[in-house]
Amino acid sequence: MPTSMLQHGLATDPTADRPGPPLWLLAELTYRCPLHCAFCFNPVDFARQTDELDTQGWIRTLQQARALGSVQCGFSGGEPMLRKDLETLVGEAHSLGYYTNLLTTGVGLNETRAKALKDCGLDHIQLSFQDSTREMNDFLSNTRTFDLKNNVAALIKDHDWPMVLNCVVHRMNIDHVDKIIEMALELGAETLELANTQYYSWAVVNRDHLLPSQAQLTEAERVTNEYRERYGDQLRIIFVVPDYYENRPKKCMNGWGNVFLTIAPDGTALPCHTARMLPGAAFPNVADHSIEDIWYGSEGFNRYRGKNWMKEPCRSCSEADDDLGGCRCQAFMLTGDPAGTDPVCDKSPNRPIVDEAIAKAQSSKTGLMTEQPLIFRDPKESIRLTE
Amino acid sequence: MPDESTQRDISADQVPTIANGYRLQFESAQDTWVLLYPEGMVKLNPSAAEILKLVDGELSVKQIVTGLETTFETTGLTNDVHAFLSIAHEQHWIKLS
Ligand code: SF4
Ligand code: SF4
Repeated sequence: MPTSMLQHGLATDPTADRPGPPLWLLAELTYRCPLHCAFCFNPVDFARQTDELDTQGWIRTLQQARALGSVQCGFSGGEPMLRKDLETLVGEAHSLGYYTNLLTTGVGLNETRAKALKDCGLDHIQLSFQDSTREMNDFLSNTRTFDLKNNVAALIKDHDWPMVLNCVVHRMNIDHVDKIIEMALELGAETLELANTQYYSWAVVNRDHLLPSQAQLTEAERVTNEYRERYGDQLRIIFVVPDYYENRPKKCMNGWGNVFLTIAPDGTALPCHTARMLPGAAFPNVADHSIEDIWYGSEGFNRYRGKNWMKEPCRSCSEADDDLGGCRCQAFMLTGDPAGTDPVCDKSPNRPIVDEAIAKAQSSKTGLMTEQPLIFRDPKESIRLTE
Repeated sequence: MPDESTQRDISADQVPTIANGYRLQFESAQDTWVLLYPEGMVKLNPSAAEILKLVDGELSVKQIVTGLETTFETTGLTNDVHAFLSIAHEQHWIKLS
């Protein structure tokens, strides 16, 4: 049977007049988190955003998005286990017909809660390995955190969830991908995502410490391929290259307002979880508007939808449909213009900004020798950095 | 798909099951059957959906073929069903026992 029979992924027809539904709903239940990852993707000013939607607010959001056609639902954070109503929300999502994903560090996931989550219909847990140096050291020396992950991995197996591990990779741990893969094998994982840090939020603050050199990257990919050959289907390894090392940008979020809808802890609806950093009018909140109005009607979700907003060189570029000009947040962070070409693209006049960061990363100095110390995500730093 | 493993034969007596973590579901907003899995989704065309609907961990491949041939009052579906199930297996959507 030809493969055209099967349409993979979450792509929608870009030529359709009315955008498709928000197939993917990401519910960022809280910014609270017991960990302190130096690459944390929560906003740097998270400590100033302490409001959280209540249970009813989330349930209403789940219902409205489902009615529009959302089908994948991710519960993330922060650490979503910190929400006491997590089981209620998962249960609601499940009964509405969502495929439910929990993105967790495993902290707080004990036997009782695992059973409760299973009973209310949770489909999948993505267990992540975080906190760069501390946890890696922990892990490499086989200590406390490793025990925690080991227990959580056992819970995942016992409850018959597919086991997907995620490890954020960067300059300080990329030389140990072999150890990370060994650990995934030992834990019985079916899928391991080795996701290179993407440079947003805290990872931008710490970029010089985190961006690997080309040599590190090449070696890590070589090692990964070796394991792929050796273990085949037993462990699927996904290796995500940091986009700085590409010459075309990623098709960010598969297109602005195309399939992804993120709801921040306070109910702000965002086309991606970092979009709030962009200049311009505030994004709408689910407390004030229906998901349908937000998705189809709001200025925020239409701002960079499709291609009409593009400037040169994207506007007349033959590859515009492939990447839709890349990431708006990255364009804004690196060039100050949210409607400009993502500077990862080598057709962008601003590509030298990315090349400069890469050039710095080739030096053999470790990040620890740069002027600014590594800054771990924590509420005090959040306040200090955003004063 | 040129990969020779896709040619891997499936035998008529094997019993396919939807793999752990995968779920077949009709989506009215998209007016299509989809297969959901961790953080992803495959849209299925009608014939793929008809086949997967019969994958229940009890029917053998042969029984699935017979079932479809009866429902659609036709014959000669064996090759199509085998070919699709071998892709589905390759993609880890189903397990075979
Ligand atoms: S990246 Fe780390 S610190 Fe940030 S929310 Fe996730 S686990 Fe917590
Ligand atoms: S110029 Fe713009 S549209 Fe063309 S490849 Fe680069 S980012 Fe994509």
